[in-house]
Amino acid sequence: MVGRRFLQLFALAEWQLILPLGLFFLAFFLAPLVVLVVLSFQTEISLGRFTGVHYGKFLGDAFSLGILWDTMVLGVEVTMVCALFGIPLAWISARASPRFQPVLLFLVVLPILTSVVVRTFAWIVILGRQGVMNKTLIWLGLVDEPLRLLFSEFGVVMVLAQVQMPLMVLPVLTTMQRLDPNLIDASAALGAGQWRTFLRVVLPLSLPGIVAGAILVFAACVTAFVTQTLIGGARLVYMPLYIYQQAIGANNWPFAAAISVVFLVCVLFAIYLLSLVGRASRGYVHA
Amino acid sequence: MPRALRLDLDALSFNGAIGFVGAVAVFFLVAPTIIVVLTSFTSSAALRFPPDGYSLRWYLALVDADQMQRAALTSLVVASLATAGSVVLGATAALGLASVRGRWMRAIDALFMSPLLLPALAFGFAGLIFFNLVGYGLSLPTLIIGHVVVCVPFVVRTTLAALTQLDPALIEASRSLGAGWFYTVRRVTLPIIARGVGAGAFLAFMASFDNVPVSLFLSDARTEVLPIHLWEIIETNLDVRTAAASGVLIVFTVVVMVVAERFAGLSKQLR
Repeated sequence: MVGRRFLQLFALAEWQLILPLGLFFLAFFLAPLVVLVVLSFQTEISLGRFTGVHYGKFLGDAFSLGILWDTMVLGVEVTMVCALFGIPLAWISARASPRFQPVLLFLVVLPILTSVVVRTFAWIVILGRQGVMNKTLIWLGLVDEPLRLLFSEFGVVMVLAQVQMPLMVLPVLTTMQRLDPNLIDASAALGAGQWRTFLRVVLPLSLPGIVAGAILVFAACVTAFVTQTLIGGARLVYMPLYIYQQAIGANNWPFAAAISVVFLVCVLFAIYLLSLVGRASRGYVHA
Repeated sequence: MPRALRLDLDALSFNGAIGFVGAVAVFFLVAPTIIVVLTSFTSSAALRFPPDGYSLRWYLALVDADQMQRAALTSLVVASLATAGSVVLGATAALGLASVRGRWMRAIDALFMSPLLLPALAFGFAGLIFFNLVGYGLSLPTLIIGHVVVCVPFVVRTTLAALTQLDPALIEASRSLGAGWFYTVRRVTLPIIARGVGAGAFLAFMASFDNVPVSLFLSDARTEVLPIHLWEIIETNLDVRTAAASGVLIVFTVVVMVVAERFAGLSKQLR
């Protein structure tokens, strides 16, 4: 029985390995978040009476609510664009020959590992009044004079979609590669064409990956400070810039804390809704 | 044969549509990188594509860009130390997590992953308030601590993924042959999961090197990091030196990626 007790001792020792990171998170992740929430209920930086005045100010202000709404809409739009282009790209990658697949993967992964500032900077060169995009559109005769692409919502959505696309492609590709190829053959043998097979077999079975990708893309682009500020400019304000302005510019920490808490809650709720879809779709896959 | 014809049309339109959308996606993923690299070799002072002429003058101008070099050095130091911290804390925690099952495992796992999903900017601000409250001024250590929080999830994730590939029989064999727990970890577990940890370290390094939301609040003038410095230059005056700096960063990324692919089989670990 000595051996068994020894093993039990080991099992105990093994879970204790979580403790260093657990304590680190308690001190430097959870504690700061608690402090953030507490501060959002104060009038001054020092601890005093609790008040909900900042939340009242945020929720009663059409300007603030507009920024929150715009940020959430931005997240949804970018996620949809990423899905539209990312799912076909993932399907091509999944079906590519073993020689071609690493090349495609490299092309997909390279952008996400390149600095976000660099990628956004590249788009400034592309979207400017004299940029590649406007030159091409005029050359094609689609427009007569340069469009305002930089500092527009369209520009922000497009650039964020490019920047975050790999976050959609990689999880979708993973689920597609795990698909049983027999299912596709069976669908074809039963007379379904390629469209029908893709829409009725491949797509529903890839839903867990699509939801995972959607969560990553949404979470990344609502907080994408660099791209939002550089492409959106000063006119288009989203939540991250709003928090930064109030915290550093106006030095109004309690109000900035309240905005941060509202932002956190809204993002978490959106992710929660998406994960509900994901859970439902996993049940569908196993059924 | 109307049926065969219809099927052909179906296959043709499907492959055409998927191929077209995929090609557009690949083009949009790759084009900006190529455009910024070509623009960085311009000989004029204007950011235009295609450039009027080609020269290395903006790369040579980087040699004198003291502030940019200092920011780059700070970024390298912060990213290296944050990666080291993430690997030690993250790999250890993953080993522990692998031994826990059920609800607890999922809850702790969700906690360790949450910095990836929560708006990092809100966390950065929370960190600033926290260090201010504790009375510990902003410095290199506070910046590194903030970076470890947002980088450690990568290490935990890839290490856990590698651990699920591990055959438990190997561990049992090692133990039944009389090896102690630490010896088994060192000689059996670690060599097998090393590639997963390596891929996580690589991702953590890149995430830290590129981080803006946390650095925005936790770094000051003395600890300015490269992405923030570049962001400020682009916001105030579009300097062509940023194009050259971007070119250097792209080459840096590709080199690190090739190394990571060679030693950690990166493309297999990312999935």
